[in-house]
Amino acid sequence: MRQILEISLQNLKSLPRRLGPSLVAVIGVAGVVAVLVAVLSMARGFERTLMSGASPDNLVVLRSGSSSELDSGLPGDQARIIAQDPGIEANSMEVFVMVDLEKVATDSMANAPFRGVGLEAIAIREDMAIVEGRMFEPGRRELIAGRGATGQYRGVRVGQTLEFGSERWNVVGIFSGGGAAQSELWTDAAVLQDAFRRGTNFSSVRGRLAPGAAFEDVKDRLTTDPRLSVQVERETEYYAEQSEALSTFISVAGYGIAALMALGALFGALNTMYTAVADRSREIGTLRALGFAPVAIVTSVLLEAMLLALAGGVIGASAAWLVFHGLTVSTLSFTSFTQVVFDFAVTPGLLFQGLVLALAIGFLGGLAPAVRAVRMPIVSALRD
Amino acid sequence: MGWLHLVRRNLGRRKLRTTFTLASIIVAFTLFALLGGLNRAFNAGVELAGADRLITTHKVSFIQLMPVSYTRRAAEVEGVEAVTHYTWFGAYYRDPKQQFGLFPTDLEKLPEIYPEYTVPEARWDALMGNRIGLLVGQAMADYYGWEVGDTLPLFSSIYPQTDGDYDWEFVLEATFTGTGNEADEMQAFAHYEYFNEARAFGTDLVGWLVTKIEDPERAPEVAAAIDARFANSPTETRTSTEAGFAAAFTDQFGNIGLIIQSILACVFFTLLLITGNTMAQSVRERTSEIAVMKTLGFTDRLVLALVLAESLAMALVGGLIGLAIGTLLIDGMAAAMAQFFPGLAPSPAALVTGVGAAILLGIATGALPAWRAARLRVVDAMGRR
Repeated sequence: MRQILEISLQNLKSLPRRLGPSLVAVIGVAGVVAVLVAVLSMARGFERTLMSGASPDNLVVLRSGSSSELDSGLPGDQARIIAQDPGIEANSMEVFVMVDLEKVATDSMANAPFRGVGLEAIAIREDMAIVEGRMFEPGRRELIAGRGATGQYRGVRVGQTLEFGSERWNVVGIFSGGGAAQSELWTDAAVLQDAFRRGTNFSSVRGRLAPGAAFEDVKDRLTTDPRLSVQVERETEYYAEQSEALSTFISVAGYGIAALMALGALFGALNTMYTAVADRSREIGTLRALGFAPVAIVTSVLLEAMLLALAGGVIGASAAWLVFHGLTVSTLSFTSFTQVVFDFAVTPGLLFQGLVLALAIGFLGGLAPAVRAVRMPIVSALRD
Repeated sequence: MGWLHLVRRNLGRRKLRTTFTLASIIVAFTLFALLGGLNRAFNAGVELAGADRLITTHKVSFIQLMPVSYTRRAAEVEGVEAVTHYTWFGAYYRDPKQQFGLFPTDLEKLPEIYPEYTVPEARWDALMGNRIGLLVGQAMADYYGWEVGDTLPLFSSIYPQTDGDYDWEFVLEATFTGTGNEADEMQAFAHYEYFNEARAFGTDLVGWLVTKIEDPERAPEVAAAIDARFANSPTETRTSTEAGFAAAFTDQFGNIGLIIQSILACVFFTLLLITGNTMAQSVRERTSEIAVMKTLGFTDRLVLALVLAESLAMALVGGLIGLAIGTLLIDGMAAAMAQFFPGLAPSPAALVTGVGAAILLGIATGALPAWRAARLRVVDAMGRR
């Protein structure tokens, strides 16, 4: 044990002499970890934003067979039957459409979600609040916008007017919270039905379960009602489904790219460590001639490799955290076909994954050179 | 030939080191080819766009419908050659999560506006003769395993029939092949009359117009003229070129190009360090040898060329192998991901850029060591021993 410690220390003290090659290994690993953490933080942020506003006590009712609110449709009489279910305490009958707004980041038109809601909509989404201006007045062409939407689109500010076709809408308030809702514009459902010629059709009904009411009971009652043809989901399930496709895609691409890059960095680390061992072959030969155990020498080389990789991992992870954490962007959701605004989330779990990857690269990159160091015949090592 | 031999022997001197460096170059260029393909898939719409085609959508959003009569009215605009209309059907085959592009349209006009679609003549006649006939892209038919003559029960996620059912019957009467990029073959077309008469709502409304214009140079003017035609009506329009429409759609995902470029920059920066370090090392080790060569009469320029040739050889060999592997991988993935990601194909542009990047890499990593070797003074080098 003392041997291990001594050699390792001595070894590390000589690191500055091999600064150039060592830095290469460090930067290689840093690049891999930075890319892995950055890409995955996008997937994580997307899921997190959608889930943050969802409650397991809320349910979402859509026409059966529809994949999202966009292609769902519930005639007014059906929507009212759902809303009046005894298991539902508060409800909001909602209309979901999209409007073209100019995205600040790309200067091009993007599909912004525009939602008509009932009076209890804000109460159902518990973490939601108006933070600027006021609530829209029912019956008027007024809208409130999520905080995410205000940053992403041009002209979404309190006091401004938005023009959709020949209709003019006043922006009267900004709200925070609400998960996916923060990407949306909200107005009175009846006004939206009128403006977009939806008759009395709604897209969905949101409900909050009454205390004591069981989700399964409500679901059974609604899905077996002969007057209805609907699907009922908990809000949490609904958003998990909505975020699945995109976050799976990002994760698969992210892990794939990181795996390839890790392979490249591994070769870089191997090079560095082989050189390090070759440079010190005489020193290692001397140590072994003096009777130092092979395991001590192997450990010292491995330790050096893993420390270098860890340093790279810390640099890469910090860089990803500094640049990306909390960065707000928006993308097209694969399911609702509208823009979803979300924040990158560099979570402790991701940082941990990045560091584990770095250590793995260090370990693998150090192992073969370490073994070679002790396999070398002492005589030839000394003669070198 | 003698010099080449020298380069080869030098590279083979430290086999392990050369192998690892080569391997990291290969990995980087594999990634390069893969990301190039991914980027191309995202931009497939732009690539397939015809310069002489315009897209007219409802001004508020492209999901808002417009009267079918707009087709006729747009055709009256000067500079317009032909107009057809599309409607998004929201079709899926068994899995509601896998919607695909099925467009009820005026099939007769299709060949005029999309001349790049090829349909065998006999099949075309059969398609025209069958009200519920369906024209399907070859890639899509292959993906679902459909054959000509099959009766397909398809579902609409939007339109019920007048009896309230969301399932529709179609007969696959013809398949078409497109430009070779599979993205345009991942769609299907149906007769608008059948759809229009059988649906429960939305009668006589269509999704958007596709216009073929006489002169692509005049596209902005014609687009403005079409929009002016419908200005101040309850349904105002927004017209853009097909390429502009596709590009705007790609933009909706965010700046994909920038993300891919950042990753590649990160990869290449690292690679530059790894390879550069290797080259510097190998030249440093050979200091005295180079001095001997110079003593024997090798000119400075020749020494410079030899070292550069070494790094170039490594970068090019690694680069070409990597690009080849990446291309093979994309080809393999394209079939598996056709539904989710049509248009995933090796990108020729990326391959050309890749070869350029390999050459640049070779020069950049060899430059400093080569310069050092050329500048080496025999007296110093010999004295160092």
